[in-house]
Amino acid sequence: MTRGGQVQVGPVSFNRYLLVRRLGRVFFYAVLVFFALVFLAPMVWMVSASLKPEGNVFEIPFRLWVPGEIHPENYTVAWSQFPFWRALRNTMTIMVLNMFGGIASAVLTAYVFARLRFPGRNVLFVLVLSTMMIPSQVTLIPQYILFRNLGWLDTFLPLTVPAFFGGGAFAIFLLRQFFMAIPSEYDDAARIDGCSTFGILWRIIVPLSLPAIGALAIFSFMGHWNDFFGPLIYLNSQEKYTLAIAIRQWQQVAVWGAGAYRPPLWVHIMAMATILTIPPVLVYFFTQRYFIQGIVISGVKG
Amino acid sequence: MAITVERVAPAQVHRRHLSLQQRETIEAFIGLTPYLTGFVIFTLLPILYSFYLSFTDYDVLSPPKWIGLANYVKMFTADKLVPQSLWITLKYTIVAVPAGVAVGYGLGVLLNQKAKGLSFWRTGFYIPAVVPAMATAYLFMWLLQSDFGIVNTTLRSVGLPAPKWWGDPDTVVWSFILMALWGAGGGVVLYLSSLQGVPTELYDASKVDGANPWQRFRNVTLPMTSPVIFFTFLTGMIASFQVFTQVFVSTQGGPANGSLFYMLYLYRTGWQELKMGYAAALAWVLFVILLTLTLLTLRISGRLVYYAGEEKN
Repeated sequence: MTRGGQVQVGPVSFNRYLLVRRLGRVFFYAVLVFFALVFLAPMVWMVSASLKPEGNVFEIPFRLWVPGEIHPENYTVAWSQFPFWRALRNTMTIMVLNMFGGIASAVLTAYVFARLRFPGRNVLFVLVLSTMMIPSQVTLIPQYILFRNLGWLDTFLPLTVPAFFGGGAFAIFLLRQFFMAIPSEYDDAARIDGCSTFGILWRIIVPLSLPAIGALAIFSFMGHWNDFFGPLIYLNSQEKYTLAIAIRQWQQVAVWGAGAYRPPLWVHIMAMATILTIPPVLVYFFTQRYFIQGIVISGVKG
Repeated sequence: MAITVERVAPAQVHRRHLSLQQRETIEAFIGLTPYLTGFVIFTLLPILYSFYLSFTDYDVLSPPKWIGLANYVKMFTADKLVPQSLWITLKYTIVAVPAGVAVGYGLGVLLNQKAKGLSFWRTGFYIPAVVPAMATAYLFMWLLQSDFGIVNTTLRSVGLPAPKWWGDPDTVVWSFILMALWGAGGGVVLYLSSLQGVPTELYDASKVDGANPWQRFRNVTLPMTSPVIFFTFLTGMIASFQVFTQVFVSTQGGPANGSLFYMLYLYRTGWQELKMGYAAALAWVLFVILLTLTLLTLRISGRLVYYAGEEKN
């Protein structure tokens, strides 16, 4: 991943070529630093605002912090007002079920497309891919009505059950690409040893595809941590709210917090927003190599 | 060894009255059962049913009432919010998607120049993409606040005009475009991995042929990475037609419906005004528009995108 072996410049005869090269290098890093600042500035602002007194959040000129007025207790207050654990439990329940159901069924579907020969395979695969182009709006209303008729509104079922039926075109596509890169000699060897078709999937293909499966799990984490629309439509009672919906609700009416109906302060919202940003950043940071590896292998070999 | 296997296999098959191919087909459809069931229940039937609903008046509480083409007639003649929300969404897509692809790809190309501390930069550029959408929305509401926001104070201090951003129906879309661009670093991972996959032989060969860096980029890098560019462009386009969360948690479509994105209008119609029939018609029109755009993109890309290892026609 890291590209070591940067050109070692030894005792240098300082000619024009090297000067131009060095200036180019300086300019190159200047551009990188500029973009890094642009991309990180709003983050910095958010964290800075979360530690200020309420009155200084929007002060002019901007200060990174107000001397002598750093308020880490903004975090504890935000924490006490916001039903974090309950919302986290709801988010995680939905996420884990989606991850498991989605990956399990996508693995099965992708395996059929990657390894088995049957009439209509190409037509069906094109069909799978074309569902990626269907905007969710078209299916949204009938699905809502369906779940309403089933009595599933205000439960996690509409948000989790569909994942068990295929796991989405993107996951199927990514896994199929990955499976195709696994030499079919392994399958043949296993078959000679008496392994069934689906036994090969479980014993050979899945253990060899952990990078792709891991990448999908991370995509799923990122997607569900931030998901807003689904929970907004299907969940009504506050006990079932996910993090994304709960923080919105908190900002709107602030019904929590020792029976007080005060709206939350901006510093507290920023503190909570910072807390909610930490898990996905940590997940990305620690799984980065794994995550990128999954993309590289499927992209390059596919 | 191989000969014996070939000899035995047909005999076995004959006994079971199932060829290997038939068995494989049966297994394939067993394996596809969950997907196909899901496809029928959650995609195919809903699409058809929403087509039916689009010809009805349906408030969820009483059964749908057939009203023929009335919903569509209303959309194209009476309801001014339809063209307006379409135009807002289109404007956003036309600017944000190509610009987002360009920024992400540009950063990918930069990072591919043997930058030191690659994982540091990669994380830095990626962070905005993992900040929860509602946190991003709150941030930008105040960054672009017209009187005290950092952006406008900076603009004023260097003597540039400070737009009202969220406060003006004409500029509010630009606030959302800026917000989208801030998250454009999320695609860097994808671009970078495809850039690193370009075979070095191609660069060496073009160097031997005397190509300068720009020509190498234009004739090697760009064609070799065009499938990824195309993929992110297409998915970005479809996603940007469904922009919702950012708008819902910030402007709610205001001011003066200046940020009434199509999806927000659909939500408002279906879930706040309980006009599901009309919302279904809105959804179907969007479906047709997106299908047309997708086919158009595919058509154009046939000439522009290069797939290694794929025979042309």
